Amino acid sequence: MTDTTIEVAGLRKRYGPATALDGMTFTAGPGLVTGFVGPNGAGKSTTMRIVLGLHAADAGQALVGRRPYRSLARPLMHLGALLDASALHPARSGRNHLLWLAQSQGLGSRRVGEVMEMVGLGPAARRPAGGYSLGMRQRLGIAAALLGDPPAIMLDEPFNGMDPEGVVWLRGFLRALAAEGRSVLVSSHLMSELQGMADHLVVAGRGRVIADSGVAELIAAASGDRLRVRTGRSAPVTAALAAAGGQVVQEGEDLLVVRGLPADQAVAVLTAAALPFSELAPHRASLEEAYLELTRDAVDYRAAS
Amino acid sequence: MSLLRAEWTKFRSVRGWVLSSVAAVLMILLFPVTGLSGGAPEETAEVPTGPDGEPVASAYYFVRRTLSGNGQLTVEVTGLSTLRGTPWAKAGLLITTSPEPGARYAAVMITRDHGVRMQHDYLHDRPGPAGGTHWLRLTRSGAVVTGEASADGTHWSIVDTVRLPELATTVEAGLFVAAPPRAEGLGTATDVATATFTNVVSTGRWATVQPDGDPREAGGSPSDDGDESAPRVDGGAAPDGSGDRGTDTKGGTITSSAGETGTSAGGAGSDSEGDRRDAGAGRKARAVADGWTGEQVGAETAGFGGYPPGMSGGFTLAGHEFTVTGTGDLGPAVRSEMPFGATIGELLAGTFPAMVVIVVAATLMWTTEYRYGLIRSTLAVGPHRVRVLAAKAAVFGGVTFVTTLAATAVAIPVWSSLARGLSVYLFPAGTEVLFRVAAGTAAVLAGVGVLALGAGVILRRSATAVTAVVTVTVLPYLLALIPFVPGPMAQWLTRVTPAAAMAVQQTLIRYPQVDSVYTPTNGYYPLSPWGGLTVLGAWTVVVLAVAAVLLRRRDA
Repeated sequence: MTDTTIEVAGLRKRYGPATALDGMTFTAGPGLVTGFVGPNGAGKSTTMRIVLGLHAADAGQALVGRRPYRSLARPLMHLGALLDASALHPARSGRNHLLWLAQSQGLGSRRVGEVMEMVGLGPAARRPAGGYSLGMRQRLGIAAALLGDPPAIMLDEPFNGMDPEGVVWLRGFLRALAAEGRSVLVSSHLMSELQGMADHLVVAGRGRVIADSGVAELIAAASGDRLRVRTGRSAPVTAALAAAGGQVVQEGEDLLVVRGLPADQAVAVLTAAALPFSELAPHRASLEEAYLELTRDAVDYRAAS
Repeated sequence: MSLLRAEWTKFRSVRGWVLSSVAAVLMILLFPVTGLSGGAPEETAEVPTGPDGEPVASAYYFVRRTLSGNGQLTVEVTGLSTLRGTPWAKAGLLITTSPEPGARYAAVMITRDHGVRMQHDYLHDRPGPAGGTHWLRLTRSGAVVTGEASADGTHWSIVDTVRLPELATTVEAGLFVAAPPRAEGLGTATDVATATFTNVVSTGRWATVQPDGDPREAGGSPSDDGDESAPRVDGGAAPDGSGDRGTDTKGGTITSSAGETGTSAGGAGSDSEGDRRDAGAGRKARAVADGWTGEQVGAETAGFGGYPPGMSGGFTLAGHEFTVTGTGDLGPAVRSEMPFGATIGELLAGTFPAMVVIVVAATLMWTTEYRYGLIRSTLAVGPHRVRVLAAKAAVFGGVTFVTTLAATAVAIPVWSSLARGLSVYLFPAGTEVLFRVAAGTAAVLAGVGVLALGAGVILRRSATAVTAVVTVTVLPYLLALIPFVPGPMAQWLTRVTPAAAMAVQQTLIRYPQVDSVYTPTNGYYPLSPWGGLTVLGAWTVVVLAVAAVLLRRRDA
């Protein structure tokens, strides 16, 4: 654990009768992009508010570089955060929004210009922020998080409202920040947004952590030892593989999923029986699948359909 | 310090906040435009000015002779009655440099409800011995005048000894009666007093007042020239034989100067065509009896309410007994008798709309942070929340104070000269007082603004907070200034609510020896300027303290 770590331990929080956090515990370490995923209502935003000292936890603690956020004299130098990109005064220009934030930390207007260039907001700097698109507001919020050049960065749903180009940019940007040794914590309710970017995943549901592991392990766990077999003769193929000890499920007209049989053995069985197949490969679950698998029980607000 | 800079940037970078400050300034600068239309120049009679430059009431019925050099006048006041019971009805002895309104004087008197008093030069009042005292004596020695009172005409006690600077050798002295208007509820009603005097004894060189006003030595009078003059009873064996004692009376009447003030000019009590003619013409009507000249002083001055309908002033001399009827008052001018005038506070009538703008802006300055969710950014960058509140309060209070101070500093001199140009009488105020009004008004607006900010912190929702703040700060001020709100309620409102601080705009001085309608409407507040500011300060401190506690405790 270092000065850049965001650490959450045993957080509990109730709002009236509703339990928002029920023992939330995880760590976002340096040099990694930690994805913080979970369905709406899982407690992601509440956790982040507690980290920032905006809400008080009923139990547990949240530390930024081993210190409670509210004890920090110039907090933006320790942790840059974006909670709600729309939290702006609409009449204030983006530049002035950053300026007051910078001044509150004893920073000058030069730093404001720098971060605006970093996020590509230079041209819109002097326009009222009320006229910004959601994507521009996200960039402004990220610029604000970077003002203090902090070793830890925490972003709540930063991909919301971004165009595809913006999403690509932000992924690269966050990876680069992590590569500089910073701790980057990014929340999302869509696993697909984190795919290819996050090194580590914290999956939350109903106020606690459901899974906390590296992305590769998570996918392997979700994939299991399954084989995908594509063939035009599914009936004899099914029979042959079942005879060899595999459990076969027909997934599509010409697609079978096989468990309990290593790939080389399956190839040998089919080759010996002279059965044709166009594809035979270990099944690799998508992150999305893995996530849906994990959170199936934890979704509070499932779509009515 | 960083938080202060941040809050300053937040303030100046939102156009609405800047415009609200500009609007408040413009209200102060421009609002009196709507208020100065009243008070047509022809209605403004002369306002007498006292020796210290202050506006005074200087109207009374004066039965006088001239006195050269030192001398003394003694009298027994055997009766004092009034029509409406005004507590400060007064009758006694008076010495003045001239019977012109505003002249220096000293007088010892019996009042209806306030015992024996010695008063001089309009502002000064000293009570005498209590209980059954009805003998009065006034002694002039150079520039020093001594008033004494006695219960029996034998044992005297000094009420006061005063100096009238630059008192001429020859002065006017005699009996006077005055009856100030009686304060009744929200207004005043003119009153009239009648007093009887006996045992008038004078020593010194006395003379009858000449019709043209010049004193003439009463050459025919025995034993009243020379320094060793023996006491002489007037109204007795008068040397010019004017009237048989006890039977014939001579007198004069004075009615109100009806043409000017609109008060009914009753000639009742006068049985002389000549007297009535004098009175009706509105000129100084004089009555002469046995070497004494009676006239209403100050009948044409502003603030003289005249006589009640059907009443008139005058005096009669029957044997040893003078009966004198008079009205008016000698004392500092009060606002309620001079409705045509304006005070500095009234020139700052824009304070009220400016306050509305300021409290709304101050409240929204915090509640909009909640509305836009900006509060989370504010508190995330400033985890020491109380410091954030202090910084915001300092920035808003500071901006409000500086801008509104600039506005009052310009508005007061500009509107003062404009008012004078329009012949509106302006109650005078010294430089220090003007500075206090200018800075105090700015302080009040800043304080109310900070209070509103605190309310915004506590209540969070714009509509609720604005309503609460307007109810607590603006509404009491408004109610206190509405003329038909009962006096006690206006007093209470300007004592315990933040509106108490409007006392900083009071330029009128309240004198205990004058009964009047001392209400906020008339420019009198129950608390002193500092007392009023303290009340507002206490409100602000309490609200800010509650706001700070809640801000620390609550989730944002």
